Amino acid sequence: MRAVATVFKRELAAYFTTPLAYVFIVIFLALAGAFAFFIGAFFERGQADLESFFVFHPWLYLFLVPAVAMRLWAEERRTGTIELLLTLPASTFEIVLGKFLAAWLFTGIALALTFPLWITVNYLGEPDNGVILAAYLGSWAIAGAFIAIGACASALTKNQVIAFVLGAAICFLFLMSGVDLVLSAFRGWAPPWVVDLVASFSLITHFNELVKGVIGAATAVYLATLVGVCLLVNTLIVDLEKAA
Amino acid sequence: MVRLERLTKRFGAVQAVDEVSFSVARGEVLGFLGPNGAGKSTTMRMLTGYILPTSGTAVVAGFDVVENPREAKRRIGYLPEGAPAYGDMTPLAFLRFVGAMRGLEGAELERRVREAIARTSLEEVALRPIDTLSKGFRRRVGLAQAILHDPPVLVLDEPTDGLDPNQKHEVRKLIKEMSAGKAIIVSTHILEEVDAVCDRAVIIARGRIVADARPEELRRRSPAHNAVRLTIDRSREEEATAALRAINAVREVQPLERVNGTATLLVLPADGADLGATVAGLLHERGIRVEHLTVEPGRLDEVFRALTASRPS
Repeated sequence: MRAVATVFKRELAAYFTTPLAYVFIVIFLALAGAFAFFIGAFFERGQADLESFFVFHPWLYLFLVPAVAMRLWAEERRTGTIELLLTLPASTFEIVLGKFLAAWLFTGIALALTFPLWITVNYLGEPDNGVILAAYLGSWAIAGAFIAIGACASALTKNQVIAFVLGAAICFLFLMSGVDLVLSAFRGWAPPWVVDLVASFSLITHFNELVKGVIGAATAVYLATLVGVCLLVNTLIVDLEKAA
Repeated sequence: MVRLERLTKRFGAVQAVDEVSFSVARGEVLGFLGPNGAGKSTTMRMLTGYILPTSGTAVVAGFDVVENPREAKRRIGYLPEGAPAYGDMTPLAFLRFVGAMRGLEGAELERRVREAIARTSLEEVALRPIDTLSKGFRRRVGLAQAILHDPPVLVLDEPTDGLDPNQKHEVRKLIKEMSAGKAIIVSTHILEEVDAVCDRAVIIARGRIVADARPEELRRRSPAHNAVRLTIDRSREEEATAALRAINAVREVQPLERVNGTATLLVLPADGADLGATVAGLLHERGIRVEHLTVEPGRLDEVFRALTASRPS
């Protein structure tokens, strides 16, 4: 556990030693706000809730979260520090977990900085703060799933651009797998259970629940499993490289 | 302290390391030599647990690197090739990170970090980002990281590569100072380094060990070992050459250079015999004045070339 905490602290600090972190946070806040106000019609809806704010998060995350995750492993490979890291007395999983948690907390910080919006709705009306809190947690959980996916992509390459594109593409598939466009591509040839399986992978279906403040057991299990599997795959990718 | 047992690594069809076995005792500095691409780094990476061997294993202080990597890694200080370090960190933060990963904490961690910084003379740059440091300093940061936890085994991959002569001297001095209680493996392709720090040299070529001996022993294999280099008057050159060739133990006499009325000859012995006294005696008998006479210890680079150059297998 010490190794997890040590890697976590180093990675989190690494985000803030470059301007990238601040640029990321500013872009996230600007886009999240712009989407909520202009496309989500935050004021025009005339409702004291943050649904118009949360509903765009998966699409924002699609591009921003892989950008947070892309350096996790690719940078280590490019600079050769991975050799140092993997010869320290820690298991690969501890390092994978430490890196994941740092990136996840970073997205959490960015998300938490949207609090003025929460203050605004509370000033304008009387929203259900329980729902808002649940939606925040749900949004953060989606970010976590994307981080875990992005970290896997990052472990596959030493090129951050490739890591980003690959991560975003996989996130997109998970996001869209519940949409008819994707499902119809499977319906033609795959048995129904495969189609159902693909549909059940869809993040968007689960997210729509989360935005309404509903944290169902199925959604929680789904997200936890997705993150867990990604972390294991990530560990496997790093370990396979050692045996190659 | 360290024992490599038939360590083998294949990358696809390429046999990078082929059944390499040797051991290093406490207090010994082993020079690990070979041309570029011979498998030095691959061997060290297997020893330190960065990559897994295809077959064979290594035992570090009683712990098998394949079976029990964590315990083996604890006992190794490793400087990877090129001394990688996190460029965004300062040496101080970097060393604290590595120390914490190695289970050091609190006052003990601070003490070790301070010690490592002092031993590698990093005080003046301890608070500057590693990215902004010169190559020499970066190499020292890598060394500081390797010795931080005072490991019984040190594995240093080209620790002096790219350093200027003064920095090389400093690093070699440091290695010598630390050698007493440790088993140290230093890879290099700089042969002078072997003389400067190593008690023993293992030479590999194309993944196989081609020599494992003390530097003096290796030198003895050089054709120039015990050769006599002498400078005499130019006018007596032919006479001297003929007389020296008549000696049984002399294989050949080569003229090296002729300047200002003097001639320099190289007398190569057969079977590495010690010719110094015989040659001097013979010339003295004939009244040939010798201006200069040295006995060559033999040259490592010749031995290295002979052992590692491509040859039909």
